[in-house]
Amino acid sequence: MAHETIEAMNAVVTLDVALPGIVWPWLVTMNMWAKSIGTGVLFLGYFMFRYYGNENSVKEMKLPIAILSFTFLSMFLLFTLADLHQPFRMWHIFFYPHWTSPITVGAVIASVLMGLVSMLVVAAYLKRDDIFEKAWMPTLILAIPVTLYTATLMGMSTARELWQVPVELVQMMLAALLSGAATMLLFGHKFSFEVNRMLAIVLGASAAAGFTIYMGEYVFGPFKAEEVAATLAYIKGDGEYTAMFWIGQVIAFVIPMVLTYLGVTNKNRILLLPAAISALVGLWIVKHVWLMIPQLLPMS
Amino acid sequence: MKLGFLVDLNLCMGCKGCEIACKVENEVPLSSWRLRVKYVDVGTFPDTKRTYTPLRCNHCADAPCERICPVSALHYLDNGIVNVDKERCIGCAGCVMACPYGAIYIDPETNTADKCTYCAHRVSGGLMPSCVVACPVEANIFGDLEDTESNISRYIMQHQGNVQVRKPEKGTHPHHFYVGGGEIQLNPLASLRQEGHNLFNNITHLKHVGGHH
Ligand code: SF4
Ligand code: SF4
Repeated sequence: MAHETIEAMNAVVTLDVALPGIVWPWLVTMNMWAKSIGTGVLFLGYFMFRYYGNENSVKEMKLPIAILSFTFLSMFLLFTLADLHQPFRMWHIFFYPHWTSPITVGAVIASVLMGLVSMLVVAAYLKRDDIFEKAWMPTLILAIPVTLYTATLMGMSTARELWQVPVELVQMMLAALLSGAATMLLFGHKFSFEVNRMLAIVLGASAAAGFTIYMGEYVFGPFKAEEVAATLAYIKGDGEYTAMFWIGQVIAFVIPMVLTYLGVTNKNRILLLPAAISALVGLWIVKHVWLMIPQLLPMS
Repeated sequence: MKLGFLVDLNLCMGCKGCEIACKVENEVPLSSWRLRVKYVDVGTFPDTKRTYTPLRCNHCADAPCERICPVSALHYLDNGIVNVDKERCIGCAGCVMACPYGAIYIDPETNTADKCTYCAHRVSGGLMPSCVVACPVEANIFGDLEDTESNISRYIMQHQGNVQVRKPEKGTHPHHFYVGGGEIQLNPLASLRQEGHNLFNNITHLKHVGGHH
């Protein structure tokens, strides 16, 4: 509709004050990326302990998984704080909570998750399997909403129609599985090929699913709403983010898909390491492009 | 009482009196705006026309900015105004992202969110918002939408069928109306923004105090 109006009326903005630029910068990309890894290693830890828990190398992963999760969740919280224009007022969230806001809900559940993950670190370090076992399932369950809440936050950004809740929820979960599997594959030399195979399949499958959804949005998104069409124009043709979008898609999804397929079919563990690194680097780029482009859209 | 605004675009002549009055009244910093008048030129020379659209916060009845604010810094007053508590705000910019009208900015001097408040401080003292006072052609009409005898209610009744809001499909239920507007004035995607063709190309941006942008 708007497109036809432009064509028919030749309407051009001739006087307007500057629109605000990017308000959620790369710090928010870091936040989402680190959170994906922080919760993703917990999800993959679940699969490893559940199906390959008898292998000594897997048993020994309790402490590394807890430390990895703790480190990346700390990064996530640190970047969340750094992104605030008034970081020293962070405590307002807990003292004046507004429960319709996913930011409030996210801050509370992420803080509880941090507490549980800290407990896992201590329990694993002290080799207190009894405490670790007790804290493990609640941690895992809480990691799910922590993974997902950013999608609801983006979904509440009315008029940034590219971000739709159901799709973004799926993308957040896929990003966690992809980055969790990739991070675990960095330790692949410790595990049997069976464990590597499972991690590679999760990595390859989440890369394939993520890629399919992005391509679906790319091709069919413009039919949903004029805002989506206008947003996707930034990654089409000579759009501002076209190159970065495709680089991200190839590094995050295509290369890991190919390498994990070749690695699993040829039983070649060496190929899985570059697949993992590629996925982790690419995920940052993909998330960044998707965060930036709706912010370029004029809102008024 | 539910306060609302109506702008008659047939009357507006783009003098920007309201914009300046707002800047002065609310000490809006450089590079930010609570109220701005956008010019869009339509047609091909010599058959051209210039349109003027004052744009401000709509004080939506179902405001996404209020919903997303984690600390209720954005909150409703009893008279329907969506107000900002700058002391409460943590500067997460969630509201800037949530507002479908781009009506909120992060004040570079205080590092907190700010926007049009319908001059809540003046209204509470029985005064009209300063943009209303400044308008030489009375294109800005302000009043109580629940009072059928108010100027704004009567204006809406008289212009039935020609009263619009911006982006009604977003379900925000704006308390800000336009008369005589069309796609060009009310839909930001219906006009081109050509790099280098804006009459003000050199806009000064303030650095955020202690900020990261
Ligand atoms: S116009 Fe934007 S800032 Fe104003 S009340 Fe509506 S959503 Fe909030
Ligand atoms: S920037 Fe301030 S007013 Fe806006 S959502 Fe965050 S805390 Fe609320």
